[in-house]
Amino acid sequence: MSAPAVTPAPGRPAVLETPRRRRGSSATGGNPLVYVAALVVAAATLGPVLYAILGGFRSNAQLAAEPVGLPDPWVVSNYVNVLTSASFWRYAFNSTVISLITTVIVAVFGVMAAYPLARYQFRGRAMLTTVFTMGLLFPLTVAIIPLFLMIRDLNLNNTFWGVALPQAAFALPMTIVILRPFLMALPKELEEAAMIDGTSRVGFFWRILLPLSGPGLVTVGVLAFVASWNAYLLPLLILSDPTTQTLPLGVASFSSEHAQDTAGVLAFTSLAMIPALVFFLAMEKRIVNGLQGAVKG
Amino acid sequence: MADDVTARPTRTDVAATPRDTARAADRAPRSAARAAGGRPRASVTVEWRKRLEILFFVTPALALFAVFVVTPVLQAVRYSTYKWNGLGPMDDFVGLQNYANALRDQVFTGAVTHNLIIIVLSIVIQLPLGLAIALLLNREIRGRAAMRVIIFVPYVLAEVVAGVVWLMLLQPGGLVDAVFDGLGLSAAKQLWLGNPEIALYTVMVVLTWKYLGLAIILFLAGLQGVPTDLYEAAQLDGASWWQVQRRITIPLLGPTIRTWGFLSMIGSLQLFDMVWILTKGGPANSTMTMATYLINQGTNRSLYGYASAVAVLLFGISLVLAALYQYFVLRRDNQDAPKPRKVQR
Repeated sequence: MSAPAVTPAPGRPAVLETPRRRRGSSATGGNPLVYVAALVVAAATLGPVLYAILGGFRSNAQLAAEPVGLPDPWVVSNYVNVLTSASFWRYAFNSTVISLITTVIVAVFGVMAAYPLARYQFRGRAMLTTVFTMGLLFPLTVAIIPLFLMIRDLNLNNTFWGVALPQAAFALPMTIVILRPFLMALPKELEEAAMIDGTSRVGFFWRILLPLSGPGLVTVGVLAFVASWNAYLLPLLILSDPTTQTLPLGVASFSSEHAQDTAGVLAFTSLAMIPALVFFLAMEKRIVNGLQGAVKG
Repeated sequence: MADDVTARPTRTDVAATPRDTARAADRAPRSAARAAGGRPRASVTVEWRKRLEILFFVTPALALFAVFVVTPVLQAVRYSTYKWNGLGPMDDFVGLQNYANALRDQVFTGAVTHNLIIIVLSIVIQLPLGLAIALLLNREIRGRAAMRVIIFVPYVLAEVVAGVVWLMLLQPGGLVDAVFDGLGLSAAKQLWLGNPEIALYTVMVVLTWKYLGLAIILFLAGLQGVPTDLYEAAQLDGASWWQVQRRITIPLLGPTIRTWGFLSMIGSLQLFDMVWILTKGGPANSTMTMATYLINQGTNRSLYGYASAVAVLLFGISLVLAALYQYFVLRRDNQDAPKPRKVQR
């Protein structure tokens, strides 16, 4: 490893040296070994994803004959087949609707509950907070059997609500744990000023607190959306009717129904990746911040 | 983290109490005075109004939580004492029989063992690898920002999607086999997911691919919190790169590492999606986890009482391991008066 050096590498444009970059690093790069290692890591990480995307452009014969390398010739029929199939779009639509319902419920109910827990003084506040944080200890797996039977008895199986409501409920603890300190951090003076101006606490919530909690809401919303979009176990049990199934269920059933058609499965799976990847690229900072926030409590 | 998370808000409450009480005492007469011209009776109205507001804000979340989280968890405990197929009246009370049956079933105890193996391997493999890559990416190399995004891609993909891709990669004649052929290691090729001897380790490789990014991102975040002057001081003292990492970086990263370890452990105990996609617990139950066993017994065989007992056991095991982790590992973070964790904020 190269010796740590405080001065930036020569030839490096000074413009790029933002204070943040300099702060986080313990050494300057430049050692070719570092780049080789980084390349290996990147290849190992992206390799399977690229293989899936490229594999979708091959025929099964190509895949069998020469699994490595670029498609020759490029076959688009796999992707065309998926994109012209009604089922793919239905899965994507179902996923979108369920994730949106989940996210809206989590964000609205979560911020409403976090508000009094953060800014009201009342007996039982600590207990109520503990009740919600205890929810972090209850994984979906533990509750899944009774939940499945309950949803069935409520006639909510094969409905969007049957998936969205439990998902939102299980996302609430994390949401409240993240939002409560966020709301507590808003200055007390704001609230007092609003009260003096004659706003009620409810008015303060709507007019001042809600707009100010935007960033916090986006973070919990993104986390809830991603979790809902990727969810498998609950939809697997609740959504047995193919017309209501989500994208992960669609990918799973497509891959088992077309087990011999590797190229077709790869095309289907690659297309199913796209929404998550696009959403991730757009929301990368939020997702990462959310996870770090979750770890730091 | 479990106790960590529950404890911290409570601690904040305790810490905040004297000040808040003072503030409340200060505010109550004033708001009462404003609401009703100083007459003492009016403060009762204010109290009621405040209670209604609290109810209005908290009720939706509390109701949803009670119906879809608390009730099913309690029901699981109740179901676990019955022999029940989910239909008709639940009247065959069997006490702890389901638990005894589960603990006697070698498939279940095997599943518990697999979960424990996955926990240990996750930490043993991902911790050094994640640390090494995080330290690597913490240097000023070109394309570092892009690398951070790339590394996180597997984590963002749904486990099902990642699982299906790996299913294709690992099938006989797939890319993994081709790579072995290319390296001249054709003899080492296996039925990666079909051989009971190695299927669990194959699953482990896929899990490492999927979750290493989370470890790296968290470690990188922790590294951001290591004060630069410590490095500068170490450099002045002539410390080598390795000494700097071992004496400064890794100790200061301790809280992040320990919290990641907790998340990893809990995730390993709940593992379902990836296994269900790759092997469904097979071949010959060699990759069965507690969660796949539970779903297999519950929904596929309609043994709802028995599956609930398994769920309660899964919860109990998680709770015990979480408590042990809390006691032996995380306790250090909670005790340290000047928390290194604070530095990271």
